[in-house]
Amino acid sequence: MCLAIPAKVKKIEENMAVVDFGGVRKKISLGILSSVEEDDYVLVHAGFAIGKLEKTEAENTLKVLKELEEVAR
Amino acid sequence: MKLMEVCGTHTVNIARSGIKKLLPKEIELISGPGCPVCVTDQSDIDRAIEIVKIKDVIMTTFGDMMRVPGTKSSFMDAKRDGADIRIVYSCLDALNIACSNPAKRIVFMGVGFETTSPTIAATILEAKRQKIRNFFVLSNFKLIPPALVAIAKSDRVKVNGFVCPGHVSVIIGSAAYVEIAKRYKMPCVITGFDDIDIVKGIKRLVEQVKKGVSKVEIEYKRAVKKNGNAAARRILYSVFETADSDWRGLGRIKKSGLRFKKVYKDFDAEREFKVEIPKATSPKGCICGEVLQGIESPLDCKLFKKVCKPERPIGPCMVSSEGTCAAYYKYE
Repeated sequence: MCLAIPAKVKKIEENMAVVDFGGVRKKISLGILSSVEEDDYVLVHAGFAIGKLEKTEAENTLKVLKELEEVAR
Repeated sequence: MKLMEVCGTHTVNIARSGIKKLLPKEIELISGPGCPVCVTDQSDIDRAIEIVKIKDVIMTTFGDMMRVPGTKSSFMDAKRDGADIRIVYSCLDALNIACSNPAKRIVFMGVGFETTSPTIAATILEAKRQKIRNFFVLSNFKLIPPALVAIAKSDRVKVNGFVCPGHVSVIIGSAAYVEIAKRYKMPCVITGFDDIDIVKGIKRLVEQVKKGVSKVEIEYKRAVKKNGNAAARRILYSVFETADSDWRGLGRIKKSGLRFKKVYKDFDAEREFKVEIPKATSPKGCICGEVLQGIESPLDCKLFKKVCKPERPIGPCMVSSEGTCAAYYKYE
C-alpha cells in the first residue's frame, strides 16, 4: 500500500505540480514536501509528493532503464 | 537466522523474485505486520460498515479495503446492497467529492502507515481552510516503530533483524529506528523495492548479525535520509496525536496509532457517527493473527489454498494483494 512512484516535476503552480511519470502526466500536491523545484525528481504516493529523489541517482536509474529497453529491442 | 520484512511491497517482491528460495537455508525471511489493510482491527472495519448504512453518507476508500471482511460483511458486500462507496486514488479526491455533494456527509476510511497518514492530515488542513464541514475521516492509522518494538519484545517469535520499509522511512527517516537498534539490539536496514535493493539489504543485515552489532543502515539512499521528511511529520502531528491502537494479530500496542487532536475533532468520523458495533468474531481456523507476527507461515494454515483463496478470501492476509497469504498463493 505504501507504493510510491518516481516522477519528474515539470511545472509548479502554487501548492500543486504537474509531474511526468515517463510519459504520463498528472497533477499532484506539494502540500507535505518543502522546497521542490521544477526538474526535481519526487516520489509520488496517493496524489502527494512525499520525498525528493537524488537527481544524479534518479537520472542514472533512468539511463540504465533506457539502456535495458534498447538492449531488449 | 530469521530476518523480518515489515512492508507489503517487500513481501510481494520477495515472493515474486524468488529471493527467499535463492538464499542459503540458514537465512529465513519472514513477513511481519507490513500490510496496513491486513493489520486493521476487525472492529474498525465493522464500524466503517455500520457508518455506510447511514442515510446520505458517501464512504470513500483506497481500493485495497473493498474486500476486507468485517465480522459480517465487507465494503464490497455493502456496496452490492446499495451503499454509496467510492474508491479514490488520493484523499484529496474524497475532499472533492465532499465539495460537490454538500447535502451528503463524506467519510474517508483512513488506513495506512506513516507514508500515507501525512497526506490525509494535509487534506484535513485543506478542508479546514476551505471551511468544508461535510468531510470526515476514520483514523485507523498505524505507526511502524511501536510495532517493531512489540515484535522485538515478543517471546513468541525470535527475529534477528528487520528489513525496514522504504517509503515509511522516506517520512520518518532512519533516525526513527535508532532506539530499536540500540535498546532492543535489533539490526535494522532500510531498503528499496528492486530485487537488487532487497538482496543488498539482506546482505547488510547478515553482516550485522555475524559481527554481533546492531545499528541502522540505509540501503535506499536515493530516497531515504536520516531525518526523513520533517515537513510531512509537522503536518501529521498538527492534526493527529499518538494513541494506543489495536492491531489485528498483535493486539493493543501503546502509542502505535493516531487520533485527532481536539482542534480538528470536527473532522473525526468516529465522533460524528455514533454507531453500535457487533461483537467481532474471527473466522474459524484463520491464523492471520499468527501470520502477521511471523509466528506461522501461510503454509501452516489449514484453510490456505483449500477454502481461503484470493477470489474468496477468509482472512485479511489473503484479501490485500500485499498480504502474506496472497503473495504465497501467487508465487510460492
